[in-house]
Formats: sequence, structure tokens, C-alpha cells
Amino acid sequence: MDKELFVFLIIASVKIFIVFNVVQVMVIAMIWFERKIMAHMQVRLGPMRVGFHGLLQPIADGIKLLFKEDIIPAKAEKILFVLAPVMTLVPALCTFAVIPFGEAINIFGYHIDMVITDINVGILYILAVSSMGIYGIVMAGWSSNNKYSLLGGIRSSAQMISYELTIGLSLIGVIMMTGSLSMVDIVNAQSKMWNLVLQPLGFIIYAISAIAEVNRCPFDIPEAETELVAGYHTEYSSMKFSMFFMAEYANMITVSAIAVTFFFGGWHGPYLPGVVWFMLKLSFCLFGFIWLRSTFPRLRYDQLMHFGWKILLPLSLFNILITGLIMVVRGL
Amino acid sequence: MPNTSIMTFNILSILPVLILAGFGMMVLVVDVLSSRKMGEKNFLAYLSLIGVVIAAFLSKNFTGTTLFSFYGAYTIDNYSLFFQFVFLLCAGLTILISKNYVQRENINYGEYYTLILFSTIGMILMASGADLLNIFIGLEIMSISIYILVGMKRTRLTSNEASLKYFLLGAFSTGFLLYGIALVYGATGTISLRQIAVFIAGKGGVLDPLLLAGMGLIIVGIGFKIASAPFHAWVPDVYEGAPTAITAFMAVGPKAAGFAAFLRIFFIAFGQVHQDWEKIIWILAVLTMTTGNIIALIQTNIKRMLAYSSIAHAGYLLIALVAANNMSVSAILFYLLAYLFMNIGAFAIVIVISQKEDSFLKISDFSGLAYKHPRLAIAMTLFLLSMAGIPPTAGFVGKFYIFSSAIKSGYVLLAIIGVINSVIAVFYYLRVTVAMYMRGPEREFQPLTLSPFIFVAIIISIIGTIQLGIFPAKVLEIAQRSILLLR
Amino acid sequence: MEPYLFYVMAATSVVAALYLIFEKNPVFCALYLVFSFINIAVLYVLLEAQFIAAVQVIVYTGAIMVLFLFVIMLLMVDVKKKQKDDLPFQRIPAMVMGFVLLVVMGLAIKSKLFQGREGEYTSAKVESIGHTQLIGKLLFTDYLLPFEMTSILLFVAVIGAIILAKRKV
Repeated sequence: MDKELFVFLIIASVKIFIVFNVVQVMVIAMIWFERKIMAHMQVRLGPMRVGFHGLLQPIADGIKLLFKEDIIPAKAEKILFVLAPVMTLVPALCTFAVIPFGEAINIFGYHIDMVITDINVGILYILAVSSMGIYGIVMAGWSSNNKYSLLGGIRSSAQMISYELTIGLSLIGVIMMTGSLSMVDIVNAQSKMWNLVLQPLGFIIYAISAIAEVNRCPFDIPEAETELVAGYHTEYSSMKFSMFFMAEYANMITVSAIAVTFFFGGWHGPYLPGVVWFMLKLSFCLFGFIWLRSTFPRLRYDQLMHFGWKILLPLSLFNILITGLIMVVRGL
Repeated sequence: MPNTSIMTFNILSILPVLILAGFGMMVLVVDVLSSRKMGEKNFLAYLSLIGVVIAAFLSKNFTGTTLFSFYGAYTIDNYSLFFQFVFLLCAGLTILISKNYVQRENINYGEYYTLILFSTIGMILMASGADLLNIFIGLEIMSISIYILVGMKRTRLTSNEASLKYFLLGAFSTGFLLYGIALVYGATGTISLRQIAVFIAGKGGVLDPLLLAGMGLIIVGIGFKIASAPFHAWVPDVYEGAPTAITAFMAVGPKAAGFAAFLRIFFIAFGQVHQDWEKIIWILAVLTMTTGNIIALIQTNIKRMLAYSSIAHAGYLLIALVAANNMSVSAILFYLLAYLFMNIGAFAIVIVISQKEDSFLKISDFSGLAYKHPRLAIAMTLFLLSMAGIPPTAGFVGKFYIFSSAIKSGYVLLAIIGVINSVIAVFYYLRVTVAMYMRGPEREFQPLTLSPFIFVAIIISIIGTIQLGIFPAKVLEIAQRSILLLR
Repeated sequence: MEPYLFYVMAATSVVAALYLIFEKNPVFCALYLVFSFINIAVLYVLLEAQFIAAVQVIVYTGAIMVLFLFVIMLLMVDVKKKQKDDLPFQRIPAMVMGFVLLVVMGLAIKSKLFQGREGEYTSAKVESIGHTQLIGKLLFTDYLLPFEMTSILLFVAVIGAIILAKRKV
């Protein structure tokens, strides 16, 4: 094995290891943040007992889930039932492969990009991989052999398909201005000005559809506890349930990372190192998710579909049109 | 022959297509915005008719010009313009015979007219496409529109069945066509018809097996669209189930478009390897004619009879394709125009005779028509005689040119089989005429409500049939000028 | 390494396709098809066609197959019930023809009749220009007309879906 390949493998493995673990830790931290922030917004204290201000609560939860009995319903389709949570979590984690989280550094004479891999169809890769996540949910809903689960699964996949479309279209404005699908190029193009300023409509559309895409409040219809008994993961318990749980938070982190990359200038920022800026912006986006959850009531299913197809979709097309026109006028 | 084509992005060259698309969408929007009841939306027909007329005038402006636009993907020459004229005439006549029919059958949707216009776009693309991709997309636009139009009468089971049958078989045949195109592309590395010809010439006119397989699959794909045997099984059921006006449309339009593409692909791209495909087409032609004519003999439903007769007509047209000389192209063009008039005319009369929910479509329902409505009977007789190829009608001249083109290229046996088939055909066409003139009425004829639209359509068809039969010279001259760029 | 990856992916996609045919439960059939599609996407990547690979996954597995699954799940086809073969007489001719096709194809490949041709866009050229850029450029120059006409085709399909399924009779 020649030396270059060896170094490449080492660096790539280290990066994958770090990113994977950071995301896991962030998921755990998110759970704590969500509970605390929502509690304070509702003038409560939230978890206080386990550790300082309940800091160890997520770990306690995790242990609890781990030790719970793993139930597989008798009439469930076993293989798919087991496979479904994995199929939800893996795509959610895979998307981080192309998100740049800092500026390139040089260590021991090796140039290291702060991104696992910079492929030239980065955003398409993210859209492709995240679209695979639907299968986990659909399979979970179907294999449970439970009406509520099936309804939840079908609802969520319909919702995700509809909003995936607007996500893709809302990002096209940025892609048009950058002229590249690579996430690194998109970040570098924003060293002077954030795309948020240039693409306000695109960002709003992206924000709304991203929330719908990850099934978060106010678009958490697939899980609607009150009508669907938690939707597609009703029958899941123990680690399988926690995998769905993690996938949901990992997905939130992914869409926030895309938002940071596409609209908030990625890791660019003054004074502080790029990685810190990236994490700050990411946290801000994640805070937005929690804020929305504690503010808005849930939409009805038909309202959601109506909104997606009849309002957001035309708006995102309009955004592309305007972007194109301005680019033509300015001769870009 | 300008080999170095003018590679321009010339949006004006597709102006007729754009006009049709624009009017198609306008019809949709106007239909939605109007608050009138479905049966009273006369303006839908007016609007789409205006679109067709404007498009026809625009395409007339191109007469005599030859240009390649869209980087050589779209051709305008006399050949494609002739076909454009045929398609637009077909769409126009269909709209004329449709207006009252759709109101009677409760399918007066805006989509009905939009789809007719869109499928005309597809046909135009097929006739003008200079590469296989364009031809394929044109064929798809045309076919999908027609699948939907066939199933437009949703409350009638036969219509649903026809639509589903046509769709499934059509999708299957499209698969053949696409696979054929893929193989041809794989063998030659190009989809442009001219480049394929250059490639074949470079190989000294010998086809490698990949190309041969591709060519065979293309024959299957287009053979389905022109309803040639043995790919004809869908025809009778679909023609019978479809709304009658759509049957008239699909008997002419797709057939003409299919032949437009057939001629372009096989004369331009595979022109040098004529010996490789003539035998296949020869067999196809004989099979198609004979199957169509013989099964037509025992039909009792007029739409099914006309369906089999349309299969037979595809067979006659294939004869000229086998002949593959300059005369055969003009013969096909002429025959298609003649077929347009006589076929749409015949279906127009079927529409007038039939009643709500497409009842009274048996041949016996025509008995005694001559006593009740002598003028209709005369018109019907004219169209049927023309289909049978009896002078002095358009059908006779068309058949004459087709058979003489076959003889000119030395296909005497084929011509003889064609003539024998025409003789067989006379029998079932005359059966309807006999019923109309020599039998008493078997049912009560309703008082005739001939709307001006369908009246105009019938008159145009009569004039066309007679004009082409008695003074064919002028149209033939145009048809002969339309072949220049083919070979 | 790339040839090995090709063989692995090609073999898995064929195996998945075989499972798709022999599997009784339609839900599993759909999932095997998804699996096959993803394998094919990897083959596209090996051909330097990253854009096509991504679009293959987004469109086929992400959208179309999900709708397939929808329909299958909502219809709840009873897999236990043995379906009657309406056309039993087709079985043996089909097998014979399939076998003949296999033999012919094997012979053709063995005799090197199907020679691939290197086209204008070699994979080195694609790599230097960028696959997405190349596709974009070709779509808006050489293939502009078919590209735009496809929009009419899709529009027609949408009209068809609405008029045949949605509109009140």
C-alpha cells in the first residue's frame, strides 16, 4: 500500500470518527436542551434531579431505554421491523459526509479539509441520501401491522415527498448564484456576504419545508400523539425506539447544517475559528426548532398538503424565476 | 442537399407548436375560470379551432424554406410542412366533428380540446424531428394524449377498457421503440438520423447485429402506432370504445405521424440498407392488408369495421414504404391526405347517425338511411367508395399511385396482393351501402340535428375526397416537391 | 479497486432483481427493486456520472418507489392467496424463448460482436469539465428542444391523471 493512500485512509477515518461522535453527542445534548428550553419557555424548570440542572438526564434516559424489554409484535413483519429503525438512522448520519464544518488546516504538512469528502454533487448527495430515510418510516409503519402506524407512516412519507420537492427547489436559487453543487464551493462563495441576504425568499421556503421534512412541530403530523398514538413508531420500544428518536434529532441537525451552509455563510465569521462559528450558527438554527415547537400548534393534514403544493411550490418556482432574471439583468 | 445544417437556436421555427401549446393551456384556464355549465361551454371549441387555424397559417409561411433549428434537432422542409398541414387539418376537422358530440356525450371538458392540440404537437414533432430522441418524445406526447382522450368517457365501461388496453399495450410498444433507439445509439454513438446514415455509409452499408436489432425493434415500436399486423390486436377494441370523434382522430393522426417518422427514419438513417429491411416490411404489408380486410368482412359494428379497414389502409401505405423510391414518398403523402378526408368524413356521419351514449352503431342501423336522409347516405357512400378505391375518388388515385410506385421498384407481386386486397375490401364497404339503399329502415330515425360544425366538417371532407379524386395533379405536385430532402 | 466494485455492485443488483422476481410479497419486491436501483446508482458513479447517480436515487428510490410502496401497502394485497395463472400455456414458450435469448446474448458477447464505441465525452473529459456542468450545457444546447418538449409531455401526463382520476363525473 503506497503511503499517500495510507495517509488518506487515516485522515478520512479520523474525520469520520470525529464527525460521527460529535453528531451523536449533539443529539444527546439536543434532547437535554429541548427539555430545558421548552420548560423555561413554559415557566417550568424541566429536569433538575439527575446531575447539575438535569445535565445527566439524557444519559439516564438512554440507560433506561437500553434496559427496557425489546418487544416485537407477534404479527409484525420481523425483518422489516428490525431493519426500519436502522434505515431511518443511517441515512440521517450519512448526510454529514459532505457538510463542511471549518476552514482547511495544515497538520504535519498534510492539507486537511474540514469536510469528510467534498464531492461535486454534494447537495444532490444530501437530497438523495435523505430521501432514503423515508423508507425507514414507511417500513416501520407497515411492518408494525398496526393501523395507526401504517397511517402515520403513509402520512409522513407523503409529507416528506411533498416537501422534499420544495427543499430542492428552494436551494436552486443559491446553486444558480454559486454555479456549483459542491458544499465547499457554496460556503466559499459566501465569504463576503451571506446568501440569506441575497436569497431571503429561498431561505424562508427552505426553513418551512425543512421543518416539515424532519416532521417537527408544527408539521409533526405523522407523530401526532393525540390522533395517531405516536404514528409510525407506536409499536417500537427499547433501542429501536431510541434509534428513531436519534434519527429525528440527527435529521434536525442535518437540515440545520444545510441551512448554515447554504444561507448563513457556513463556517465563515470574524475572530473565532471556523468550527466554532459553524457550531454557533448550528445551535442557533436548532434553537429555532425548539422555539417553534413550544410556540405553534399542529397543522391539519390537508392544510399541510395544501400549503406545500399550492403555496410553497409556486413560491419556490417564482424564486428561481426572479433569481434567473436578476442574474440575466446583471449579466452574471 | 445542405449537409452543413444551419445550427441555430431559432425559436420562430417552432412557432406553430408554441401557438398550439399556448392555445391548449388557454383552453384549460378558460374552462376553469368560466362559470357556465359544462354543456354550454361552446367557446372551448372556438378557441381551440382558432389556435389550429393560426398554427396552420404560421406553418404555411414556412413553405419553400428549409431550415434546421435547435442545433439540428428540428427540421423544417416541405416534407414536414406537408405533414404539419395534414395534422392540423386532422385536428381542425376533429374539433369540428367533436363540438356537438362532446356536448351530447357529456364530456365537454377543456382538457378534451387541450389534449387534441397537444397530441397534434406530438405529431408535428414526430414529422419534424431530425433525431431519434425528438421523434420519441413527439410519439410519447401524441400517444399519452390519446390514451387519455380514449378514456375520456369515464362512465362508459368500454371507454375505460379501451383506454387501459391502449395504454398498456402502447407503453409496451414504446418500450420496444426506446430499446431500439438505445441499441441504435449504442451501435452508432449518435441519435441524429443523418449521422446514423453517415455511420452506416462509413461501414460500407453493412449493419452490425446491434444496429440490426435496434432497427427491428424500431419497426415493432412504430408498427404498433400505425396499427400494422401483427401489432394490431388493440385496434378494434380501442376504436370501438373510444369516443367516436377521437376514433376519427386517432385513425388518421397517429397513423400519419407514425408514417412520417417511419419514412424519415428508414429513408434517411437506414436508406442505404434498404435490402435489410424491405423483406420485413414486405411481410408486414401483406399481413396487415390481408388481416385487416378479411376480419373486416365479418364485422357488424360500423366502428369495428372502420377499425379493421384502417388496419388495411396501413397495409397499403406500407407497400409504398417497401418500394422506397421518390414516387412512393409522394404516394404516401397523397394517400394520407386522401385517407384523412374519407376517414374523418365517414366517422362524422357515424357521429350524426348514432345517438346519445354511442348507441346505434351497428351496420344494420344504417339500413334504409337512403330513404330517410338521402343526402347523408350519398355522402357516406362517397366516403366508403373512396376507401374502397373506386374512381373518381381520392382513394382510387391514392391506391393507384401506391401500386404504381411498387411496380416501379419491381415489387409486382406485392402490388398484385394489394389489388386483390382492394377487391376484397370493396365487399364490406359495399355492405354498408347496400344496407343504406336496398333495405328498409330497421329502426326509427331521429329527425336530423346537423349542427353547422359537423356540417362544415362533412362538406370539407366531401370536397377533399372529390377534389383529390378528380384533380389530383395540384396536390400531387405539392407532394412531389415535399420529398426533395429525403434522399 | 474500481473493477471489483463494479463486479460487486453489478452482481448485487442482478441478485436483487432476481429476488424481486421470485419474491411473493409485493412489499419486499418493491424494496428489492429499491436495492437494485441503488446499486445501479453506484455503477453510474463509477462511470463518472455523479449527477445521474444522484438523480437516480432521488427520483427513482426517493420518489417513485415510495409511491409504489404506498399503493402496495394501501391495497394490502393478500400474499397468502395463491394467484391463478390465467395464461398457463405461455409459460413453456416463455421459458424456451428466454433461454434462447440467453444463449444468443451469450454467443454475441463471446464473439465480440457488440463492440463498444468510445464517444465524444470520455470519462477523462467528463472529469475535467464536471459531469453536472456537461449535462447542463448539453441540455440547453444540443438537446434543448427535447428537453423543453418533455415539459409538455409531463404536463399531458398531469392532465391525464387529473381528468381520469379526480374530476367528478
